[in-house]
Amino acid sequence: MTVGGGLRILKPGLLTTVQDLGRWGHQVDGVPVAGPMDAFSHRLANHLVGNPPDAALLEITLIGPEFVAELDVTLAVCGADFDIARDAEAVPTGVTFPVRAGQTVRFGRRHGGARAYLAIAGGGVLIPPVLGSRATHLVSRMGGLDGRALLAGDVLPVAAGARLRMNRARGLTLPSGGRARLRVLPGSQGTWFGEDAWRALTSVSFRVSPRSNRMGYRLEGPPLARLSQEEPISEPLGMGAIQVPAAGEPILLMADRQTAGGYPKIGYVITADLCVAGQLAPGEFIEFDRCSEREAVSALIARERELMAQMAAARDQGASA
Amino acid sequence: MKLRLAGDTLLMAEYEPAIDPAVNARVVALADALRKRGVDGVRDVVPGYCSLGVHFDPLRTDLLALERAVLADARAVDVSGALLRRPTIEIPVRYGGPEGPDLDEVARFAGCSARDVIELHAATPYRVYMLGFVPGFAYLGGVPAVIAAPRHRVPRERVPAGSVGIAGQQTGVYPIETPGGWQLIGRTTAVMFDPSRAPASLLAPGDTVRFVPA
Repeated sequence: MTVGGGLRILKPGLLTTVQDLGRWGHQVDGVPVAGPMDAFSHRLANHLVGNPPDAALLEITLIGPEFVAELDVTLAVCGADFDIARDAEAVPTGVTFPVRAGQTVRFGRRHGGARAYLAIAGGGVLIPPVLGSRATHLVSRMGGLDGRALLAGDVLPVAAGARLRMNRARGLTLPSGGRARLRVLPGSQGTWFGEDAWRALTSVSFRVSPRSNRMGYRLEGPPLARLSQEEPISEPLGMGAIQVPAAGEPILLMADRQTAGGYPKIGYVITADLCVAGQLAPGEFIEFDRCSEREAVSALIARERELMAQMAAARDQGASA
Repeated sequence: MKLRLAGDTLLMAEYEPAIDPAVNARVVALADALRKRGVDGVRDVVPGYCSLGVHFDPLRTDLLALERAVLADARAVDVSGALLRRPTIEIPVRYGGPEGPDLDEVARFAGCSARDVIELHAATPYRVYMLGFVPGFAYLGGVPAVIAAPRHRVPRERVPAGSVGIAGQQTGVYPIETPGGWQLIGRTTAVMFDPSRAPASLLAPGDTVRFVPA
C-alpha cells in the first residue's frame, strides 16, 4: 500500500485485472503479450481522463467491482454497459466523473458487452512495470498485482484528482442480441483445411463456450474437418488466430494467448473486429465472414478513424466540470 | 524462405517445415538481423522452429518496406551462413526420486536401466530451438530416440517449477508450476526465468544446453 492511498477494493468482481496495451518485445523468451481484450475501449477510457493510450487501467469482466476512493480521483468507464453508482448516485459510462475521498464506486447490473475499462486520471494504476509493461498475464502470473486478478483488500496506487473538464464519448458499438459478426482472413495451413471446413466456419453460428477465458474462446458448433490429423510444427502466432485441434473444436485466441502454438489455423479474425470479439460473453454467438486483405485494411482504418473522431468530439460534448 | 501474412498484424518468414538445427540457425540469425535493423512499426520479432514471426502495428508499418527488409536480411543470412557463436549452458539436475517420478517409466520405454536414461540424457548436447508455453520455457531438441518417451495421455494438473521433462524428441525445464504432460525425470534449482534479471531468460534460441547430474 502506498503512503497516499488509492482505490481500496471492497469486492473485486468476477475477474478484474490491471491491463495496459501489452507486454510487447519479449515473445522471444516465451513471454505472452496480454493487454486488453477490447483495445478500442481501453484507449478511449484512457483518453477521457487525459492519460496516454498505454496507461494501466482496470479491465472488468461480467461482474464489476466495488471500491472506496481513499483520495480525490477522476475516473471514466468505457466498454461494457454497467450500472455504476458513486455512493447513491448513478454515473453513466463514457463520461469522466470525479470521486471524492471516502466515496464508494459500485458496479451493478450489466446491460451489454462483457468487459468494461476503468481509467484513472493522472497516469492510471501506478504500479511498477514488469519487462516494460503493467499488463497482467494470469497463467504466467506476471504483471499487474502479483500477476493475479484483484482481491478484496487490495489498494491500487493512483494519482490524486487531476481536475478535468468533463469529457463524454459514445464508445464502441457493442454486439447486440448476444451476437457478433467477425471478419476472417484465411489462415496459414491451407493444406489442413478444405472448402468444407471453410463453408462450415462461415455458414453457422458458433457459441462462445463457458470454458472460454482471456487466453481464448472455445467455439461450440459443427467440428471443422481437417484434411490431415498431423500437427504442424509449432510457430509464432497472434491475437485473432482461429486454431483447430484434432477434435475440430475451434479456439479463437485472445489477449492472453501463448506466443506460439502447434495447431493448424483456419483463419485470423481481423484486427478491426477484435475489440468487438472482446465484448462477447460466454454463451453468446459468433458468425464469421470471409474477407480479403484489402477489406481488412479498410476496416482497420475505418475503426481507427471512428476512435479518433470520438476522441476529438469528447472534449466538445462534455460540459465543463 | 517464403513470406506469408498471418492475419493483418503478423508477417511470417517460413523456411522448410523441419525441426533441423541448420534451418533453425537461419531463423535465429534472421531474427537477430531484423532486431538490429529496427524497422518502424515492428512490435516483436519471434523465432520459431522453422519460421520467424514479425508482429507489426499495421497503422505504423510500411508493409512493403518491412517485406523488403526481411527478404534482404534473409539473403544476407544465407550468404554469411548464419553460424553465430552461441553459448553452452550447463543445467544441474537431480535425476529420479520424487523429483523425477517418471524416470522408471522412461527406463521401461527405453528397455534400459534408470541409470542408462540419466547417462544418455546428460551426455547429449541439446539445441534451444525456441521458447514458448510460459516465460522461459525452452524447447530443446535432439533427445536420443531410445529415451524419447511420448508425453502422458492425461497431463498432470501441477508440475513443480524446475521439473525436467521429456516429450518425444524434445526435452525441457518447467520455469514455473503449471499443468504439463511431459515425462518428468528430474529437477533443477536453476532459475529459468527472472524478469528482474537481464537477460530475464536463462536460455535463448540457438543456445546449447547440457544437463549435469547433481
